[in-house]
Amino acid sequence: MLAFALKRGLLALLVALTVSLVCFFLVHLSTDIAVAMAGEGARAEDIEFIRKQYGFDRPLAVQYAEWLGRAARGEFGDSLYFRTPVAAIVWQRLPVTLTLGAYAILIALGLSIPLGVLAAMRPNSWLDRLALTIAVVGQAMPSFWFALLLMLLFGVTLGWLPISGSDTQAHFVLPAIALAYFAAPAIMRLTRSGMLEVLASDYIRTARAKGLRPMAVLFKHALRNAVIPVVALAAVQLGFMLGGSVVIETVFALNGLGYLAWEAILHNDFPVVQAIVLLIALIYIVLTFLADLANGWLDPRIRMG
Amino acid sequence: MKTIRIAAALAVALALAAPAHAGKRDNTLRIAGNQVPESLDAYFNNVRLGVIIAHHIWDQLIYRDPKSNEYKPLLATAWKWVDQKTLEIDLRKGVRFHNGEAFDADDVVYTLNYVSNPANKAVTQQNVNWIEKAEKVDAHKVRILLRKPFPAALEYLAGPIPIYPNEYYAKAGPKGMSEKPVGTGPYRVSEHQPGRLVRFERNKDYFKDSPRPQPAIEKIELRLIPDQNTQAAELMAKGLDWIFNVPPDQAKQLRSVRDLTVVAGESMRVVWLTMATREGSPAPVLKDIRVRKAIAHAINREAMLKTVVGESARVIHTLCFPQQFGCTDEGAPRYPYDPARAKALLAEAGHPNGFEIDLYAYRERQQTEAMIGYLRAVGIRANLRYMQYAAMRDALREGKAGFAHQTWGSFSVNDVSAMMPVFFKFQADDVTRDEKVRELLDAGDTSVNPNVRRSAYKHALTRMAEQAYVAPLYSLPVYYAHAKELDFRPYADEIPRFWEARWK
Repeated sequence: MLAFALKRGLLALLVALTVSLVCFFLVHLSTDIAVAMAGEGARAEDIEFIRKQYGFDRPLAVQYAEWLGRAARGEFGDSLYFRTPVAAIVWQRLPVTLTLGAYAILIALGLSIPLGVLAAMRPNSWLDRLALTIAVVGQAMPSFWFALLLMLLFGVTLGWLPISGSDTQAHFVLPAIALAYFAAPAIMRLTRSGMLEVLASDYIRTARAKGLRPMAVLFKHALRNAVIPVVALAAVQLGFMLGGSVVIETVFALNGLGYLAWEAILHNDFPVVQAIVLLIALIYIVLTFLADLANGWLDPRIRMG
Repeated sequence: MKTIRIAAALAVALALAAPAHAGKRDNTLRIAGNQVPESLDAYFNNVRLGVIIAHHIWDQLIYRDPKSNEYKPLLATAWKWVDQKTLEIDLRKGVRFHNGEAFDADDVVYTLNYVSNPANKAVTQQNVNWIEKAEKVDAHKVRILLRKPFPAALEYLAGPIPIYPNEYYAKAGPKGMSEKPVGTGPYRVSEHQPGRLVRFERNKDYFKDSPRPQPAIEKIELRLIPDQNTQAAELMAKGLDWIFNVPPDQAKQLRSVRDLTVVAGESMRVVWLTMATREGSPAPVLKDIRVRKAIAHAINREAMLKTVVGESARVIHTLCFPQQFGCTDEGAPRYPYDPARAKALLAEAGHPNGFEIDLYAYRERQQTEAMIGYLRAVGIRANLRYMQYAAMRDALREGKAGFAHQTWGSFSVNDVSAMMPVFFKFQADDVTRDEKVRELLDAGDTSVNPNVRRSAYKHALTRMAEQAYVAPLYSLPVYYAHAKELDFRPYADEIPRFWEARWK
């Protein structure tokens, strides 16, 4: 298990390095940062001054090595737009995104696993069709549209829930539902297919033949095995929720990381863009690493292979 | 058991219920904006919301009455031009900043010298770079020395140049001023959560002689809500009392909501078709004046106002906003909608079957599409090239685009010098390069004699219209939606004046 963990850890580190490298070069090649920083109407000498001042005239490889060295120490420089340290802005925005992501994954799992199990218990029944419909609608409907519908129903018409902002826990309900509904279908379909496969296997027939209660067969024997791929998927979905909540954060005026990323791109604020991409990549990597470990622990065949 | 569950669900629903209705009851105006200013320091942001905020926190030296466009004393009591490059200003006595600091000449001198020094990196350079320096004459008199004659100086002193407390600003700097702004204006900032929220409180000690009325609304809460639909939903749910820049289609829908008022105000932003005629224009066909005139005759501006542009806009015949100093269409030829005349002009120019051309555009796409329809009707087949503003601007500057649906808002400056020189004084955005127009604009831009200026601009505008260098179209409206119980009046400079607003 230790060798497995080490191997996966090394792989995760390499992925993190690759992501930071790609991100650094993409940002630097997409625009002339000195020109972007100098702003409209800047004179050529202003641009040159900035280029020298910030060291943009040096080879990219040197700049990358320097940036990486500072990033490793947690120093990301100052935001060009907000003129405050990048780390401070990111830390300030992170809790909103983490809260939203946590609620959303709980809702997604709470909705999709029971539905997936129910659908697998009665394949091709009306229950299965209903679950399929929910899944198809969830995947097909753009999340901003679903968010607006939620807002109109629960915010405007019924007046039950606040529409925008992040002042109280109630403010997270609608955005978390909107975010969860987009992620739920994939988990649900995977649970269903996994359950169908497991329920058709020999050991389940044996368990039933032994006269175990149907619920015990379902949850103790079948679900635990069917859920293995779901763990990996849920980790990826959580990563998506933390990094890809740009639209939901914008629609609900939640000032999180996703919205910050959008703002930073809009204003050519490359230190912020780089820090966020690296942070989200790290979150993804940690989550998949944890999922790998969990899977290895759940299923010995994985760590042997 | 079941009853307990239902009761619990109800309790949760009640606990989560939306906050009480906003507005009149607690004398708090809740408003929203969709763009965060990077700093509340007025010299360190250049977004519309920043301009609006600045007008509430700070006073300028001069006040331009938005109804009469007259200049009135604000922090200054009198001003006079000593010569073309020297402005002498008497200051008001007895005014205090929100932190108690007394207002005097030191504040004006410090503010102007600080922001006009490029080393301090104010981002609104175009608003302050005409100032050479400010000097103290006595405790309540200052002299402003200009780099070169700049007749629009008074307009700038009445707009984007708020006065800061010198002692506080020297200590706090732009960063501290953004975190905790201090001014003399009708509202003080009571809370600022960067990028989220700004809370304002009425300045109870606002000086009584100000030409701005004493504010009636006690508190203003400004929230950042980036999405326009979310803003509308908040307004309908009474979480907000006022929103602006509402898209025309949404304005139409909001109009049907009880308790809401939708008003359209004219803005200073004007719309025209750019036709590049300078050397190397990628659309050489536009060099023929008959073709340019044909294009001007082809567009039905009045019909466009009714169908796609919206109310409160107006047709323009010269390239400026009618209310701006120096703007006139007197004596300038007009090109009314006349497709037959357009076709005849095209035939005369050797294009009886029209021609094909790329039309660049970056906003109000519906309007561009309407223009394409009108052009097609006279035989001009325009292909739409729709892109971001910066991309279109660069294409025009680099001579890759020659025909464009352009707009310009003049930074809310009520003087044509904020517009015409940009497009006709051989700067990067000048795709015409007419020496005669440049000479006339130079005369207008450098004299402090209003009559000399008016005459110079009039001749420049007439020459531009005679040559049909551009096809001026119309001004754009701005829609505001607000609670019915709010008494609010919009102005063309797009600055909402909440110190004037009241609950009905």
